[in-house]
Amino acid sequence: MSRRRWNQELPQGTDLPVLMPSATRIARSATVERMSGFFMLRLQPAHGAALLLLFLIGCGVAQAQAEPGHPSILVTIWKWTPLLLGGFLFNLAISAVAMTFGTLAGMFLGFAQISLLPPIRKGAWFTTHFFRNAPWLVLLFYCMFLLPFQVTVFGITVPIPDWIKATLGLALPVMANVSEIVRGAVQSIPTAQWESAASLAFNRRQTMWMIIVPQCIKRMLPPWMNLYAILTMATVLTSIVGVAEMMTLTGRVLSAESRPGLLLAFYSYVLFWFFLYCYPIARWTVRLEAKYAVNH
Amino acid sequence: MQSLWDWFRALNDATGINLTILYDSFDRRRFVSGFLMTLRLAAICIVASVLIGIAGAWLQGSRLRLTRSLVHWYIQFFRNTPPLVQIYFFYFGIGSLLTTTSASGSAVPVVSNVMWAIVSLSFFAGAFNVEIFRSGVEAIPKTTIEAAESLGFSRTRTYLFIVLPLAFRISLPALNNNLVNLVKTTTLAYAIAVPEMLYVSSQIWSDALNVPVMMNVLLFSYFLLVGFLVWVMHRWERAIKLPGFGT
Amino acid sequence: MPAENVQPIVSLRDVHQSFGAVEVLRGISMDVPKGAVVCIIGPSGSGKSTLLRCINGLVPIDRGSIRVGTFDVHTLHTDQQKIALRKEVSIVFQQYNLFPHKTALQNVMMAPVHVLKEDKDEVHARAVALLAKVGLSAKADAYPGELSGGQQQRVAIARSLAMRPEVMLFDEITAALDPETVKEVLNTIRELAQDGMTCMLVTHEMRFARELADDVYFTDGGLIVESGPPAQLFDQPQKERTRAFLSQIL
Repeated sequence: MSRRRWNQELPQGTDLPVLMPSATRIARSATVERMSGFFMLRLQPAHGAALLLLFLIGCGVAQAQAEPGHPSILVTIWKWTPLLLGGFLFNLAISAVAMTFGTLAGMFLGFAQISLLPPIRKGAWFTTHFFRNAPWLVLLFYCMFLLPFQVTVFGITVPIPDWIKATLGLALPVMANVSEIVRGAVQSIPTAQWESAASLAFNRRQTMWMIIVPQCIKRMLPPWMNLYAILTMATVLTSIVGVAEMMTLTGRVLSAESRPGLLLAFYSYVLFWFFLYCYPIARWTVRLEAKYAVNH
Repeated sequence: MQSLWDWFRALNDATGINLTILYDSFDRRRFVSGFLMTLRLAAICIVASVLIGIAGAWLQGSRLRLTRSLVHWYIQFFRNTPPLVQIYFFYFGIGSLLTTTSASGSAVPVVSNVMWAIVSLSFFAGAFNVEIFRSGVEAIPKTTIEAAESLGFSRTRTYLFIVLPLAFRISLPALNNNLVNLVKTTTLAYAIAVPEMLYVSSQIWSDALNVPVMMNVLLFSYFLLVGFLVWVMHRWERAIKLPGFGT
Repeated sequence: MPAENVQPIVSLRDVHQSFGAVEVLRGISMDVPKGAVVCIIGPSGSGKSTLLRCINGLVPIDRGSIRVGTFDVHTLHTDQQKIALRKEVSIVFQQYNLFPHKTALQNVMMAPVHVLKEDKDEVHARAVALLAKVGLSAKADAYPGELSGGQQQRVAIARSLAMRPEVMLFDEITAALDPETVKEVLNTIRELAQDGMTCMLVTHEMRFARELADDVYFTDGGLIVESGPPAQLFDQPQKERTRAFLSQIL
């Protein structure tokens, strides 16, 4: 299996290139995407503006369809904002917890993938690809159905609510993707680094922790942050398995209001919050990527 | 064949591993139909999204500012919103507007949920494909195209023999990433009750109460399906690689 | 040696060309006799590359006339007409000449087979002979990405020769190469010239120009400032601008 070295300048067999540098860049970004598991989210202020525009159009539509005696659309939205905000914070909590657990497990798995012991290496590879090939929704279902609803530890019965199970369900694909990010980052460090460390009599563990890993952190950050932004948007999947997060709540609010035409206003309102949260992350990711772009 | 299925029935009696999809013909047919539906969704959406990508890439070169910005906003919308929201938008949003009245007087949707799933997923993957194809075409040096023209190739011929084959080779890795992602995203059709593999499995396990077994079967099936696709993509990329360019 | 008293094979009269608001060529006139080697030198931005592209019809001109062989280039508009012209005049660029997805041999064969619709076996034989002529028989099945810069440029020359042109244009073809490989490419051009091919080169290789050119044209700001045999232009430049340019590079 030819392992493409992530983020490395693709060597050409010639001193006169046959394709533009942009072709090399495309190949490199495809490799990065393959490693991190997802496309790079590229948010712009214009997207926020478009969402606001949609929101205003939605308000206009709802207002036009409003019957006299109904409170104005903005009042209605303001009335429900605390509830929806609570739901949104719930989404963020889910994403934070899933990211934490997924990253910890993923780092462990990633380093296992570069272990010198074949059984560990192969087991880690299999686990990583097993969870990477599975769709996120299937993994969610897996955890929802197979994790017990309560667990007894030291004689204390701890209930495991639905949202914890859903969070762990989201942590599984995060783990698999982080594992690949870690492996790709470590393998992109030039062999020369390993060789110089060996010639200075560092053993493998010291080389890893004192020389290789510090350099990897910089390379892992952009795809890792991108993964977080994608994960945040993916928390809406938990609505399918019944978690009372923002999408579910919005649906309930809409049916409670039972006014026609509120659909666009509410959903664009909610999407705008997602944008407000993901936009800084996406921008920061792009800046980090440009800052840490490595040229060999 | 029947003896094979009976063996699984005996396995259930002995160990409780209840693989009804193997020994029960009804469940077997259901599961196979779910699998085929997933394959069908994947195949149609792959083809449709590639066509949308080609059309979008071509329209982006249009001289009309309106066409260019329409394509631009189409891409931005589908690229930066969760695909689940897109499916809901199509099925509940637009779908509820396109209804006709049935004989009994109730509103009946014109477009089925399977169609909406196909439409939504194709546009989702198509948005990425537009960018992929366009950057592939733009990565071809202008001089190469000038050289082709200077050799007497007409505009059409240059496109057919030089631009398209090269753009394809340059775009293939990114395109493959996108298509594998698309196959995994087809599970979201569950949310609008499309009878694909996840939905059918949930029906089976609520009937036969063999949740752990079915979940593992499901996970394993996706592992095989996606794994096979990834392997095919790898082989294709290696076969089509430009020698001397890239690792 | 160029033949005397015969109509020049390339003839430009008062050629004007602009890219948008910028006038790149401001009245170029020149005559190139058949079999001559002409070198065009000058500072960057003086319109040299544009001039070559106008001669083979890649860039349309605003005013003036260009005549190549029996073709009035400025009157050709359709692809069909231009194809006939491209059989007369071929151009080799500075880089990105070859088609990366085809081998060297396929690159050479492509145009005669697909454009001229010639017999494949015939073209194959000719392509093999041309690759031998530029010294790359061993690399016939290599892809451009596997060839060095000099080898790529030589294959590009062979590919242009496959169309059997009367005039060959070279747009700074050695500018992107390493100094060692520049020599092998210049040798190839030298042989071409000695075989009697009419060559127009835009180049910075002054020694080559001095040795091989029949005429050297110095352009600046879209105009021909001075022209003449290399001995005269290099050793006794008449105009101040020519002197200034030559003192900078020689």
